Amino acid sequence: MTDTPPIKIRLDKLVKRFPGQARPAVEELSLEIPEGEILILVGPSGCGKTTTMKMINRLIEPTSGRILLDDEDVTHGDPDKLRRRIGYVIQQIGLFPHQTIAQNIATVPGLLGWSKERIAARVDELIGLVGMDPADYRDRYPKQLSGGQRQRIGVARAMSADPDVMLMDEPFGAIDPITRDRLQNEFLRLQAEIKKTIVFVTHDIDEAIKMGDRIAILREGSQIAQFDTPERILVNPADEFVSDFIGRGASLKRLSLSRVRDIEPSTWPTVTVGDDPAVARRTLEETDRGSLLVLDEHGAPRSWVTAEHLQRSSGIDGGLPVATVGSAATLSDTLNEMLTARYSTAVVVDDTGRYTGVVDIDTINEAIRGMRSAERERQRSSLAKGAAT
Amino acid sequence: MNFFRYLSSRWDDLLELGLAHVGITVLAVLIATVLGVGLGMLVYRNPRARQFVIGTTSVFLTIPSLALFGLFISWMGVGTTPVVVALVMYSLLPIVANTIVGLRQVDPAIVESAQGMGLTRVQRLWRIELPLAWPVVLTGMRVATLITLGIAAIGAYISGPGLGNEIFAGLSRISSPNALNQVLGGTLGVVVLAILFDMFYVLLKRLTTSRGIR
Repeated sequence: MTDTPPIKIRLDKLVKRFPGQARPAVEELSLEIPEGEILILVGPSGCGKTTTMKMINRLIEPTSGRILLDDEDVTHGDPDKLRRRIGYVIQQIGLFPHQTIAQNIATVPGLLGWSKERIAARVDELIGLVGMDPADYRDRYPKQLSGGQRQRIGVARAMSADPDVMLMDEPFGAIDPITRDRLQNEFLRLQAEIKKTIVFVTHDIDEAIKMGDRIAILREGSQIAQFDTPERILVNPADEFVSDFIGRGASLKRLSLSRVRDIEPSTWPTVTVGDDPAVARRTLEETDRGSLLVLDEHGAPRSWVTAEHLQRSSGIDGGLPVATVGSAATLSDTLNEMLTARYSTAVVVDDTGRYTGVVDIDTINEAIRGMRSAERERQRSSLAKGAAT
Repeated sequence: MNFFRYLSSRWDDLLELGLAHVGITVLAVLIATVLGVGLGMLVYRNPRARQFVIGTTSVFLTIPSLALFGLFISWMGVGTTPVVVALVMYSLLPIVANTIVGLRQVDPAIVESAQGMGLTRVQRLWRIELPLAWPVVLTGMRVATLITLGIAAIGAYISGPGLGNEIFAGLSRISSPNALNQVLGGTLGVVVLAILFDMFYVLLKRLTTSRGIR
């Protein structure tokens, strides 16, 4: 691969043996983590993924092997100093309940000896960055926050001293599904700006596919079963263990990797509110579609009308409600909209809400087929290259 | 002489004895707090050391106070010193026990995140664990204070300061007209002090506990 960024963290033959256990928790793991990417460690419980992550900031000391951060060996030396360079977020969040939000976020900058003014400015900046109002929240205590807000502050606290590297241990694990989805999206948006190197542990393959730039699927003893991008893991699982772990519906999962803007939407015959029903009827007769899309005066989709509607006196003012999606929506969201809508076609709208095209089942099917053949093509060419050398 | 006539005539003396009683109690509890919290911090993560410290301080509390004071005479003589030493011994158990309980009930996730952020062992203890355990430690100090107030009265037996002197004075001439008033006066004085200390601890808890954990 040519687009691989430089390596930020290198794990070199890491071993962790806990006393009294026959098998090591981590057996000779070597892994290279590219800079500015989210690397997901995912695997069944007990596979050693959390142990592996905690060796990076040495909350668990490796039995043998080396950890290199920016090509510097950090396996020895002061672990507390190392930890101040690495953001750390855990599932239980672990905010300090006796301290205000501002004091919580100020912890590491305080340890690093920043000035008061610099810390205060950074605290406000971070509270704003995670989508909260600094004036309203900085003097609150953790117990006065909702679960989702605590998680955001947990992330803000981990970023306080602007570390290059963040470790996140099931950070969204204890949050209700709806809030989790929102926080994941927010975090991805944030990451697109801050470009940290993130090691993210989860047992949830769907979360891994959604959040990861690269995924390491681990089996017992923290052995890498497959290390690749989410797309390639879904298309081409390395072995039975991986395909079992991905579970059924790999095609469905891939839909959450593509967005509406990546595919070619189809067009649909439209009429505008206020048009003569007779014109509408003629348009409908001329097309092979069973309905027309009614747009309002600004070009925003309003309703679907069929021949039946047009025969009624309501004309094009009636019709079925429209399911709309933005161009950034994933195909999985789009499919979901289509399945829940009365009329099973989703209308794509631009940022101002104007109609730009439609997506139906055929379009999505086409997209899946396209992904598959592109992947096959890629494999074939890499095989050919291997044969040539 | 009725009790109120006795009170008005002996008011000055009772106040002075009461202040001395407060002084010796505060001194003993403060020393016990420094020792107890320190011991608690040292042993709370080690089950064996924990058992040993709790066991030892429990034994202290079961020694009859009169016997302990008697034993101390041959070693430290009489007066304030042996009384304070004994009171510290009696105060240790509630303070050590509550320090251990308080530190052990701190959510491990909070400690782990503190460690993950790079707080040293000492910083974690002073900035995170101890403040979170503080309300429980304070309850231990309150119990220790009540125990000390009662036992300090008996310290007058070996010439310790405080309201016990009035009680023992009454007991030593039990048939004289004022004897009962003296015993009653000393005893009620201790009760009043206990109530005042209790109020003080309520206030102290409010002032020294973070709003985030109240």
